[in-house]
Amino acid sequence: MSLLLENIHKRFGQVHANNGITIEIEEGTLHGLLGENGAGKSTLMKVLSGFIDRDSGRVLLDGKELDLTTPRTAIGAGVGMLHQDPLVFLPISVVDNFLMGSPGSRLLNRAEGAAELRKISEPFGFNFDPEAPARTLTVGERQQLEIVRLLWLGAKVLILDEPTTGISEIQRVDLFATLRKLAEQGMIVIFVSHKLEEVEELCQRVTVMRQGQVVGEAELPTPAETLVEMMFGQIIAESDRPHVEYGEDVLALDAVTLKEGNLTVPDLSLSVARSEVIGLAGLEGSGQRTFLGGCTGLVPALSGSITIGGQGMAKRHYRDFMRHGVHYLPAGRLEEGLVEGLTITEHFILSGEDKSFFVDWDAARQGSQENIDHFSIKGFHDSTAESLSGGNQQRLLLAMMPPGLKLLLMEHPTRGLDIESADWVWTQILARRNEGTAIVFASADLDELLRYSDRILVFFNGRVIKEVDARCTTGEQLGYLIGGKEPE
Amino acid sequence: MTTESRAERWGAIAAPIALAVLVAIVLLLLAGANPFEAFKLIGEGAFSGWANMGETLMAWVPLVLASAGLIITFNAGLWNIGIEGQIILGGIAASWAAREVGGPGWVVVPAAIIAGALGGMVWALFAGVLKTRFKVNEIFGGLGLDFVAASLAVYLVIGPWKREGVASTSGTDLFRDEALLPTVAENNRLSLVAIGLAIAGVIFVYYLMKGTMFGLRLKAVGRNVRSAFLLGIPTSRYMLGAFALCGVLAGIAGSMQAIGFHFKLIPAISGGYGFLGILVVLLAAFRAAWIAPIALFFIAMSRGSTQLALRLDIDSALGGVITGILVLLVILGGGWQARRLLRREAAS
Repeated sequence: MSLLLENIHKRFGQVHANNGITIEIEEGTLHGLLGENGAGKSTLMKVLSGFIDRDSGRVLLDGKELDLTTPRTAIGAGVGMLHQDPLVFLPISVVDNFLMGSPGSRLLNRAEGAAELRKISEPFGFNFDPEAPARTLTVGERQQLEIVRLLWLGAKVLILDEPTTGISEIQRVDLFATLRKLAEQGMIVIFVSHKLEEVEELCQRVTVMRQGQVVGEAELPTPAETLVEMMFGQIIAESDRPHVEYGEDVLALDAVTLKEGNLTVPDLSLSVARSEVIGLAGLEGSGQRTFLGGCTGLVPALSGSITIGGQGMAKRHYRDFMRHGVHYLPAGRLEEGLVEGLTITEHFILSGEDKSFFVDWDAARQGSQENIDHFSIKGFHDSTAESLSGGNQQRLLLAMMPPGLKLLLMEHPTRGLDIESADWVWTQILARRNEGTAIVFASADLDELLRYSDRILVFFNGRVIKEVDARCTTGEQLGYLIGGKEPE
Repeated sequence: MTTESRAERWGAIAAPIALAVLVAIVLLLLAGANPFEAFKLIGEGAFSGWANMGETLMAWVPLVLASAGLIITFNAGLWNIGIEGQIILGGIAASWAAREVGGPGWVVVPAAIIAGALGGMVWALFAGVLKTRFKVNEIFGGLGLDFVAASLAVYLVIGPWKREGVASTSGTDLFRDEALLPTVAENNRLSLVAIGLAIAGVIFVYYLMKGTMFGLRLKAVGRNVRSAFLLGIPTSRYMLGAFALCGVLAGIAGSMQAIGFHFKLIPAISGGYGFLGILVVLLAAFRAAWIAPIALFFIAMSRGSTQLALRLDIDSALGGVITGILVLLVILGGGWQARRLLRREAAS
């Protein structure tokens, strides 16, 4: 038995998320799929498990082409996926979860289900109480329940998408033991991760993806630097940057602990001076977003102190932060920045200085047209936000920023933009920096981080594991740190 | 970016209306009536005779006021299902003032209208606080409050405010004459105060949504709460403001029902105009300018179709069926149009 993915293509609008992917995996293999966020791993795995339909390409198991139009047909064909957040319904019992999605009889036979559950669980040493609500299970046990369920449904190929996020070290060891056992029994296990160490520890082969393409394959063990280079490519950082004098501190964090959802970012201490540029590196969900939220009052600090321009800001509201000259540009331009359905002019009115009760439409239109010209936004004063391209949405967001900011916080300022727009965005940001605004930005683009930051904070699993000087750091070193490894 | 042409936009409205008329004709034929005669009867039932037309217009007033209020909450992204309760509370509060406040008409009538506005506002703010502070979806909160308000009206009618001697669900005693809206003639309910309030309500909402910062911010909140919040808009406060303003208009509608139409408090004081208002606003695509004619059409249909029962022996529910079908078809037309645009965009 072998699994063959042949020339898979998938586009989302302009983005070619999977660009002619071909991978072959032999029976009984623990196969790693490695790549940065946005490399196209998740898209590929969703295609394979029937969650999204591919544009073209074939998937063959044992030489037979598979029908992967829906998750149901995919599992029928023997492909099961364990999602990052296990698909477990928390309020209902373990056995009902187990039976959920099983084909066949419309009547539930819980006794039989419980027996099946026990039978399949036993060889792996899993121990479930069939009647207990799934809520009482740990995340690790929920994964076990999902694995058992997929096996019962006849999975021959098991995909695990970032399965180690959110489980403890002991649970991770157990999970790996289970996966090894499954491979010994002849299953194909595809382990998707951006964590180098885990892939090295678990897998026998690895495929590396970057920008929607397969950039390399290797038998493990293989030297880590080869994998890092495959993941991130060659980074050429420019060193000729103008020297800017820093001013006084505008942002100071002292032993701040933030909590958002089930991610805790503990014990942050940092100070940022006027005209300083701080880059936040790390894999998505490692705490950068929570950190930015903490600096804007969106994520309340559990403990510690935050000061903006010497003013204590702990427990203060987001709008207080705005009043103190803090501005936040999140990654989702249409989700958390612009308002769909409203025009460019309306956006300028909403963000403008003039807060009088009646709107002076003539003046607003005129001001809006001036801004459109000045920021070269490709659109008209009555164009709606969603009708603009991503680059022009970002231009609009930058044009809406109030003057004289103390601190500008950004998440992926150039994600999805073409080079011209990205350059323009950074020209604007650096102009702000030269006026004395401190810049803190999170990015997944190592080149961008190295090129524009003065200092880079590297996040891993909710912690700042390292602070580096961007001037004397290479892309390779940064790649190691992001993967949670100290560069040798 | 693709845009729809003017003709297409009108087509998306005209086609469903034509289809609805067609369905109505088929239904009338199935019921064994001559459709043209039926339409004529509906028109006559609503508009023939001064007293009759006065009554139609006085039924139109609360529907317009409620619809105007709903324009505000819909623009804020809120499904204010609690509007029925807000109208009822307006009716109750106005009835209280009409019963308790002494003095001449120019004291009692304004007092009753203001009491109605406050009653509606307080009831709407209950739903608003449940939504913003306790994260109770406004649909569920509003529905619950509707039932409480309706029960309160029944309790008052058969309890503390019951008629001398007999407690009857047909309502309280009639209010004294000073407490009633001044009418244009004897035996005609038409009141210029009521008409004036309805028109003022529409104009107020039109300019609020079109010409003010409040209206623009409300639109931002309704379309994307997260973005609005990050733009620095106090979103909860704006939602509460939308509830309060809608409640005021609904409360005035309730007071019109009490002191301008029924002249007493009855259990069904809201007349169902809150729910009907939701249909009006959906059909008007949330634009204030359209609610007056659409509301008139709805009222004419429901009042005129009673003639069908009297003269053609057809159930008067037919009027409701036709308006319901019309709303469904127009909304379907809008959805169909949106999908076509989306597909065209994907193709380009």
